[in-house]
Amino acid sequence: MPKVNGASLLRGLIGTAGLLAVLEAAGRLGAWDTERLPLVSTVLLRAGELLTDPEFLVSARSSLTTWALALLVTIAIAVPAGLLLGMVKPAEMAVRPLIEFLRPIPSVALIPLVILLYSETTHMRITVAVYAALWPVLINTIYGVRDVDPLAKETLRSFGFGPGSVAYRVVLPGAAPFIATGIRLAASVAIVLVVTSELIAGGIEGVGVYITIAQSGNRLDLMIGATILVGLFGILVNALLVAGENRLFRWHRARAGAAT
Amino acid sequence: MLELVDLSHTYGSYRAIDRVNLKVAQGEVVCIVGPSGCGKSTLLRSIAGLIKPTGGTVLLDGKPVAGSPENLAVVFQDYSRSLYPWMSALANVGLPLRRRGLDKKRRDAAAMAALEQVGLAGAAAKYPWEMSGGMQQRVSIARALAYQPKLLLMDEPFGSVDAQTREELEDLTLRVCAHHGMTILLITHDVDESVYVGDRVVVLSKAPGTVVGDLPVQLPGPRDQIHTRELEAFVRLRAEVGRLVRGMTPHRNTHGFGVETR
Amino acid sequence: MRRATSGVLRFWIVPVTLVLWELLTRVTESPYFPPPSRIATQFYDMWLSGPASQLLLTESALDTFGPSLGRLLAGWTIAGVLGIALGVALGRIRGLAEYTDPVLQFLRALPPPLLVPIFFVLFKIGTPTQLAVIVFGVIWPVLVNTTDGVRAVDKGFLETARVFQFSRYDILRRVILPSAMPKIFAGLRLSLSLALILMVVSELVGSNSGIGYSLLYAQQSYDYTGVWAHIVLLGVLGLLFNALFLVAEGRVLSWHANARRNV
Repeated sequence: MPKVNGASLLRGLIGTAGLLAVLEAAGRLGAWDTERLPLVSTVLLRAGELLTDPEFLVSARSSLTTWALALLVTIAIAVPAGLLLGMVKPAEMAVRPLIEFLRPIPSVALIPLVILLYSETTHMRITVAVYAALWPVLINTIYGVRDVDPLAKETLRSFGFGPGSVAYRVVLPGAAPFIATGIRLAASVAIVLVVTSELIAGGIEGVGVYITIAQSGNRLDLMIGATILVGLFGILVNALLVAGENRLFRWHRARAGAAT
Repeated sequence: MLELVDLSHTYGSYRAIDRVNLKVAQGEVVCIVGPSGCGKSTLLRSIAGLIKPTGGTVLLDGKPVAGSPENLAVVFQDYSRSLYPWMSALANVGLPLRRRGLDKKRRDAAAMAALEQVGLAGAAAKYPWEMSGGMQQRVSIARALAYQPKLLLMDEPFGSVDAQTREELEDLTLRVCAHHGMTILLITHDVDESVYVGDRVVVLSKAPGTVVGDLPVQLPGPRDQIHTRELEAFVRLRAEVGRLVRGMTPHRNTHGFGVETR
Repeated sequence: MRRATSGVLRFWIVPVTLVLWELLTRVTESPYFPPPSRIATQFYDMWLSGPASQLLLTESALDTFGPSLGRLLAGWTIAGVLGIALGVALGRIRGLAEYTDPVLQFLRALPPPLLVPIFFVLFKIGTPTQLAVIVFGVIWPVLVNTTDGVRAVDKGFLETARVFQFSRYDILRRVILPSAMPKIFAGLRLSLSLALILMVVSELVGSNSGIGYSLLYAQQSYDYTGVWAHIVLLGVLGLLFNALFLVAEGRVLSWHANARRNV
């Protein structure tokens, strides 16, 4: 992606405004039936209104909670597992084939099964999201542990520190930038899987459920408006995590030449 | 056929070359030699149309050059960035001929003939990464030959190969280009090489580069790696060029070699 | 022989897991967790007990897999062609990327499954909806990688092309695209695995044919073993696609792997 500076930001704004204007004009000039597919301005207005619509906010809060819990569970499972597999080479060798077999299974395919297992919809959604979000964190953590300078580990060991201390003092901080990247990817994946499971499995609350209800009323304006908000939320989360990574791991960027 | 008039180029505030004047006649082999950072490459890239010089003009057959001239080929130093790794040697050599409006059969025949001339007929189907550095540079030379340019530019062409390969390639270039009657402008930092290969040696000063010496090389042909380099005339000329490159005052015309300083 | 042995040793965990899983499920007898042997039997009965002339695939397998794989491959192909074309334009036309960047970033951030109901209202049920979702969802890796790849073409390659006066078409077709191909393939591979996911999503939400629909049908008829068989099937398809793609990539990009090894 191009570097962000004043000029490129301005060009981006011009491009975005131009596209919106063209779409709006096309809609007003009758390029399509606006009864079916609403105008750009209508959709944007609706997206803004949704932010203060209590019914939508209840759903949004529910989705947010599910997403945050899913991300926490993912980190709680994948980071320790990744540290272990990264530090104990035979364990990783043994488990690698299982990972290779499990990873290609689309998480969404588990939804019909998981629905049957859980009576609580939130648990079911979290399970589906965790299954998909696990992999980027796990793989990045293993990779990050491998990347830790062996000299740093041996130095600590030579001073008589046990494996636990070595893991906590050298391996974890050394692998942290990779783990952070994994978590950022997982955060995006989890958003998609939370709303997808809401969409497929239904329930009472959640943005996916809200969109399903809007669909039954043929309210494309509300459906697109809600989708736009989910997209913007994804961009916001990603931007915050990137900014956090840049602040926390400046040392790493300097060393690795900023590879993402 | 090639004339540089007050050719200058600055990158920002850095002056790479400053008012370079040079005339090259048809069929001449001119070596440009100079210390590192004397703007040799800038000079070559200006002639090849890869950069637009900030001052002066390049005339080819009396016409000013804009963009890459048609009857010109370049052999770059870095063959690994000049030969396409996704193509065989034959395809690499034949590719520029697409522009000449030849059908595939005739392109392949011309490419094959050029590869034969550089002694690589057997390696036509090989890919660059299957060849040694010397072989890859031979392919580059074959590509230039097949293109049949009137002017061949060579930018440190033998700078990335070992000494023995270098001598082989020098002889190969001389032999093949004489055969085609090509005009050659060869850029090098190697004084020895410039005297051995050139009909004329042009010396550039440190940046901003200007012409500080223009010496005709009068050595008996055909040149030979062992005997030519033993000749007294060769040794003396080499010393002369060496002094100029290091920025010392030349011994003026002691043995009939014209030294023009500006 | 030694390679075979080490291969077996490397995968020892697979049979061990299967045996443990088998024992555990037989002991617990939970209806939701059938033993793997039963899943395998059902898998075989449903899909793999057909005649040799159909590669052992049953009628049911052909009826189920056909529409799914057709949509998946069609969607992936369309996304690939569009992604490469747009990526080349974004990478080579100066300024274009800057003007379009915010819009593209935004579109990329939209969860593709949420588009299923939207396209559903617009196009009604069926293949157009599913194709649109797959294309929209999987175009991004190809687009982004192509843009990066064509931007990163070595300057030396381009200068050679300029000196020898290649036509614009030749520069694109014989220099820029081959040089960007390793990146483009990386994008295509990621897209293929995403396409499988979106195929399932689109069939779970709005379809009356295909693997996703068949999975939903098994669930709604409380055929738990059938549900598991579908999950295994999708995992196998994922592995298979990836393996096939790697073989194709190895052929097309042999120069790349070799050139890197020799540097």
